Amino acid sequence: MISTRSLWTQIFFLIVIITICVFPFYWMVTTSLKTQIVALEAPPVWLFEPTLKNYQEALFEDGVLRTLINSLLVAVSTTLLALILGVPAAFALARFEFLGKKDLWFWFITNRMVSPIVLALPFFLIARNLGILDKHITLILIYLTFNLPIVIWIVTDQFRGIPYDLDEAARLEGASQFTIMRKICLPLAMPGVAVSAIFSFIFSWNELMFGLILTRTEAKTAPAMAVSFMEGYNLPYGKIMATSTLIVIPVLIFALIASKQLGRGLTMGAVK
Amino acid sequence: MTAKVSRKTVFGFIGPAVIGLAMVGIAPLLYAVWTSLHFYNLTKLKRVEFIGLENYWTVLTDEVFWQAMGRTFFLLGAALPLQIVLGLGIALTLHQPGLTLLKTLCRLSLVLPMATTYAVVGLLGQVMFNQKFGVVNQLLGGANINWIGDPENAFAMIIFWDVWQWTPFVALVLLAGLTMVPGEVEEAARLETKSKWTVLRYVQLPFLVPGLVAVLILRTADTLKLFDMVFTLTRGGPGSSTEFISLMIQRIGFRGFDQGLASAQAIILLIITIILAQIYIRVFYKEV
Repeated sequence: MISTRSLWTQIFFLIVIITICVFPFYWMVTTSLKTQIVALEAPPVWLFEPTLKNYQEALFEDGVLRTLINSLLVAVSTTLLALILGVPAAFALARFEFLGKKDLWFWFITNRMVSPIVLALPFFLIARNLGILDKHITLILIYLTFNLPIVIWIVTDQFRGIPYDLDEAARLEGASQFTIMRKICLPLAMPGVAVSAIFSFIFSWNELMFGLILTRTEAKTAPAMAVSFMEGYNLPYGKIMATSTLIVIPVLIFALIASKQLGRGLTMGAVK
Repeated sequence: MTAKVSRKTVFGFIGPAVIGLAMVGIAPLLYAVWTSLHFYNLTKLKRVEFIGLENYWTVLTDEVFWQAMGRTFFLLGAALPLQIVLGLGIALTLHQPGLTLLKTLCRLSLVLPMATTYAVVGLLGQVMFNQKFGVVNQLLGGANINWIGDPENAFAMIIFWDVWQWTPFVALVLLAGLTMVPGEVEEAARLETKSKWTVLRYVQLPFLVPGLVAVLILRTADTLKLFDMVFTLTRGGPGSSTEFISLMIQRIGFRGFDQGLASAQAIILLIITIILAQIYIRVFYKEV
């Protein structure tokens, strides 16, 4: 049986882990509630009178609100597009036999590993030539390069788990493959679809590099906005942390909802 | 089980995804190959000219490129062992019976770092590691360490944040592996020996191997991709002490405006990535 001493060691260890994980968030939120004068005190103060001024200024005067809306718009649209394109593809990979399936699979998965800078360079030039720099659609499309593989991976896996007998039965009734997917398999695959949508949203929402390179003002995303506060000498730390908090909160909520599947999604299913 | 269907049906289902991904994932690459074969500078667009493989030759013989590559793998070599050791420790702790509530809480806290926007991690680093009013120096007993402005300290700081953000990932992957060990087998082993090490080495390790390989390969790919966090934290500085491969390519292409050279670098990085991805697929996705 577990001795009391080892039990206390365990409790201690667990609390240390939790503290290390959570402390940066605590510091982010408290800094966001400090005035610039308090934020620049050395050594830093832990007790102070909180103010929401940073949020108010960032959101309504500096235009963070608009960049948050941009981020939301882009992340939701690209997720929907990835689902519309990815779910049927996943169904085909799970259910049909065809030539080149393996190569296709390899190609989908490889996209997960390619550095975004490899695509950012040519995409920037193409977008510039087409005159679609600083447009939402540009980000929505480029984000497909990582969203589509994740949707295809997770949903294929989910479709494979659905008993094939159901398909057979429906086919005997004269249902087309499309009807089988929509009416029989898709409802059963909903958990996987939901999880892949959450991942797709999180990755798009978190993305910085494409946002930085492909947008200027109109379609600027929230992370790119947070970075643009970093110019000059007297950095508005409170405001930067307020923006950071606004960016991180929705992601954390989604991540906690999908926490059970997170490890799995991040390894693209390599680990159950 | 799979169905035999007409090619038209297959195309109807998978065609849109293939065309979509080809448009955003392959067409730009072809364009990058074209750019990489030209002198292509954003400030001198009037004299774009074909120069063959000259850019590639420049990259392959360029010390700066290989230094950035070396730095990238050095970061991986420094951070990954830490992540595995700490991650394994956390996974083993969480795997022990008892303290359910605290452990659930711990597992939820572990989710937070890896979901955090990478750019925000960098910004947090700026605030917490600031020499004068940063909380890190305060917690170190009022130390006066220049984290961001000193090459070695900046590198250590990058390692810290990489470990902070990705140890939870390693821990959760390994924990998933530990739960795959059949309960009877583990109990039988514990009756046989008192040594936790023996149980880990001979009973649990075989179940951890797939997860460890996944971690190794994904962390390699992610380190090659690493950009957001370092960009917001140090911009590759001071000097080029934290300029990893993706940051360097971004600098050459967008701050040095030499798209031709940057494209050649990107293509070489892509080739290295594809070799790694091949290994990845060979190891894991045999069953498809």
